[in-house]
Amino acid sequence: MGENNRRLPNQRGYFGEFGGKFVPETLMPALGELEQEYLSACSDPAFERRFEQLCQQYVGRPTPMYPAEQLSAEMGGAVILLKREDLAHTGAHKINNALGQGLLAKRMGKTRIIAETGAGQHGVATATVCAMLSLQCIIYMGEDDIKRQSPNVLRMRLLGAEVRSVDSGSRTLKDAINEAIRDWVTNVETTYYLFGTVAGPHPYPMIVRDFQSVIGREAKTQIRTMYNRLPDYLVACVGGGSNAMGLFSPFYADKEVKFIGVEAAGAGLKSGQHAASLSAGRSGVLHGTRSYLLQDGNGQIVETHSIAPGLDYPGVGPEHSYYKDTGRASYVAVTDAEALDGFRLLCHTEGIIPALESAHAIYYGTRLAAGLSRDQLVVVNLSGRGDKDLDIVVKTMGMEI
Amino acid sequence: MSRIQSIFRPGYRVLIAYLTVGYPTLEKTIKSAVLLAKSGCDLIELGIPFSDPLADGATIQQASYQALKQGVTSQVCLEVAQEIKERIAKPLVFMGYYNPILNFGLEAFCRSANRAGVDGLIIPDLPPEEGGELESSMKKHGLDPIYLLSPNSSEERILLVTQRSRGFIYLVSLTGVTGARQNLPPGLESFVQRVRGKTELPLCVGFGIASPEQAGRVAGIADGVIIGSRLIQLIEEDNSLSSLEAFTRSLRETLDQCH
Ligand SMILES: Cc1ncc(COP(=O)(O)O)c(C=O)c1O
Repeated sequence: MGENNRRLPNQRGYFGEFGGKFVPETLMPALGELEQEYLSACSDPAFERRFEQLCQQYVGRPTPMYPAEQLSAEMGGAVILLKREDLAHTGAHKINNALGQGLLAKRMGKTRIIAETGAGQHGVATATVCAMLSLQCIIYMGEDDIKRQSPNVLRMRLLGAEVRSVDSGSRTLKDAINEAIRDWVTNVETTYYLFGTVAGPHPYPMIVRDFQSVIGREAKTQIRTMYNRLPDYLVACVGGGSNAMGLFSPFYADKEVKFIGVEAAGAGLKSGQHAASLSAGRSGVLHGTRSYLLQDGNGQIVETHSIAPGLDYPGVGPEHSYYKDTGRASYVAVTDAEALDGFRLLCHTEGIIPALESAHAIYYGTRLAAGLSRDQLVVVNLSGRGDKDLDIVVKTMGMEI
Repeated sequence: MSRIQSIFRPGYRVLIAYLTVGYPTLEKTIKSAVLLAKSGCDLIELGIPFSDPLADGATIQQASYQALKQGVTSQVCLEVAQEIKERIAKPLVFMGYYNPILNFGLEAFCRSANRAGVDGLIIPDLPPEEGGELESSMKKHGLDPIYLLSPNSSEERILLVTQRSRGFIYLVSLTGVTGARQNLPPGLESFVQRVRGKTELPLCVGFGIASPEQAGRVAGIADGVIIGSRLIQLIEEDNSLSSLEAFTRSLRETLDQCH
C-alpha cells in the first residue's frame, strides 16, 4: 500500500520536526499495537488482496480521471482533469481509508468502532464499512455539524450507527475528536478508533495516507495512459489533509509535478474566521501530533470557520507541515464566497455537483489553469459529491424551494 | 532528594489536591489552596486550563472552560502559584496540557515556574517518548518530571516511566478520563503491585477517587491519594468552602488510620 512512501515517517512517527505521539499514557500501548498490526498487515499479501478486491467490487475503483473539456475551455488555459472520488461508494474519498482501517480492526479482533466526523462523510464511510463487516459503530459529531449536514446524519443512522452529538467547545470537528479520544481512553481494550484523516498521533498519519494513496497511484497510471506523461499540477483541498496526501504522496519523487493544497479561508484570512492552519498558523500540539495549528498567543486553540464542515478544523496532518516547510508543496487559501463560485461553475459547465470541500480545490484549480498554457495538465481532486451540502448552498444563495 | 519526594515518609499517606486555576475565580483558587494545605493536604496540583482537555471528564472540562473565559493564561497561573507559595509551605506542581507550555517556550516556562516556587510538572498528553526536550529544561530549573502510568501499561513502559520520573509516579486508577466515580476498578491492587516491584519512587493514585472510603482503599496500597474533580464539585456546591474543608479533614483522618 505505501511502499513508495515508507521513507517517512521515521520510527518515532516524525516527518521532519512534525508528527509524534502526544497522547495520554493509556493510549500509548494501543498505538503501539496498532502500528505493529498495520505493519504486519502490509506484509500480508492476503490482506492487500482483500483491500484491493473490495476497492474494486465494493467501492467502485478505480474512479475515473475525467478531462473536464467544457470547464477547461471556459477557463481558456491548461487542461483540467478531475479525479472523480465523488463517484466512489458513499460519495467521497473517505471510504478508501474507512475500508482499509475496518479490515485492520477486524484483523485485530476489535468489535467496537468509534470515529469522529465533520462533514459526515467519514462518519458515513465508517458506518458503511461497519455494516458490511458486522462491527458496532459509534460516531461523534459536533452539534453544529449535525445541524448543517443532516442528510449524512440520517444516512449514518440508517446504516446502523449511533451518532453522538458533541456540544462542547466549538461544537464542530475538533470537539468531536476530543470526545472520540475520551471514549477511546475509556474503552481502549475493546475499541478501535477509526480516525478519518492524516492527522492525529502516529501511526494514523501514515496509515491513512497509505490507504488513501490509492487515489494518487490510480491518477498516475491514468494520466500516463491518457497523455503518456505526468501532470504539471496536482490540486486538492486540505482539511486534515487526507484526500490531498492520498493524491500527492505517490508523486513525491516526481519533482516536476507541483503540489498545491487548498485550505479554507472562510470569511478571509484577515477576518480571523477561517480554518487555514498552514497558511496562517504556527507549530503546536493538538490531538496527539505536532503540526501547524491555529492558536492564540497563549497556546489555546482558536475557533475556526468554514462553509465546508470537512475543512473546519484548526489543525492539519504533520506530513503537510513537512511538505510546506521543505517546499515540496505550496498551500493557498480560498474563501467561502470563492468556493461557492467554484461550486456553481462546476455545476453549470460539467453537470457535476461537488462537495463544498472539493469546491475549494475547484476554485483554485480553475484560476490556476486559466493562467497556464493549453499543453499543461492540472489534476484537481474532486474529493466528494455535494448532495450533503444542498441545504447550506441553498441558504447561502437565497434560493427558494 | 527533591522537595516533592521529601513529603513522603514511611507509614505516612500523602494527600494531593487538584484545583483548576481560576475556577470559579482566581481568589477562590488561592483561598482553596490555603485551606486545603491547612486541612491536611501535602501537595497542591494547579491545573493550567486548556481549550481541549482531552484527558478530562465533564467536571474539569467545565472548570477549564470557565477559567479560560475569565482570561486565565499560563502567565496568570504562574502568578497564582507564586501567591499561593507565599502563603503555604507545601510543594506545588502544575498539571497542564503540552501546547500552552510549548507556546510559552519550554525553557522560559520552566524558569518562571521555578521562580514562582513550583516543584514539578504533570503533562497528561506528554509521554516520556516526547518529553526529552521539556525534561532537560526541567532539570536545569529544578523541576521534577512526573509521568503517568495506566493499568494497561506494559512492563516495558513501566520501566521507561519509572526511569524518567522524579518526585513520584502518577498511577491512573483506571483506563479513562478524570472525574468522580462511584467505584474503583477491581484490578487496582495488582496494578500498584506491578509498579512497586520496579521502582523506589513513591506511587500516588488518582482519577475517579471521590470519597474517604475510596481514599482508604487506595491508601492501603499506595503512598499517596490524588483527588481533583470531587474537590471542584464541592467548591461549586458550597461557596463558603466549608464543605471542602470538612471533606479534606475526613480524607486526612482516613489516611492517618492507614498504617
Ligand atoms: C468531500 C470531502 N473532501 C475533503 C474533506 C477534508 O478532509 P481531508 O482534508 O482529510 O481530505 C472532507 C472531510 O470531511 C470531505 O468530506
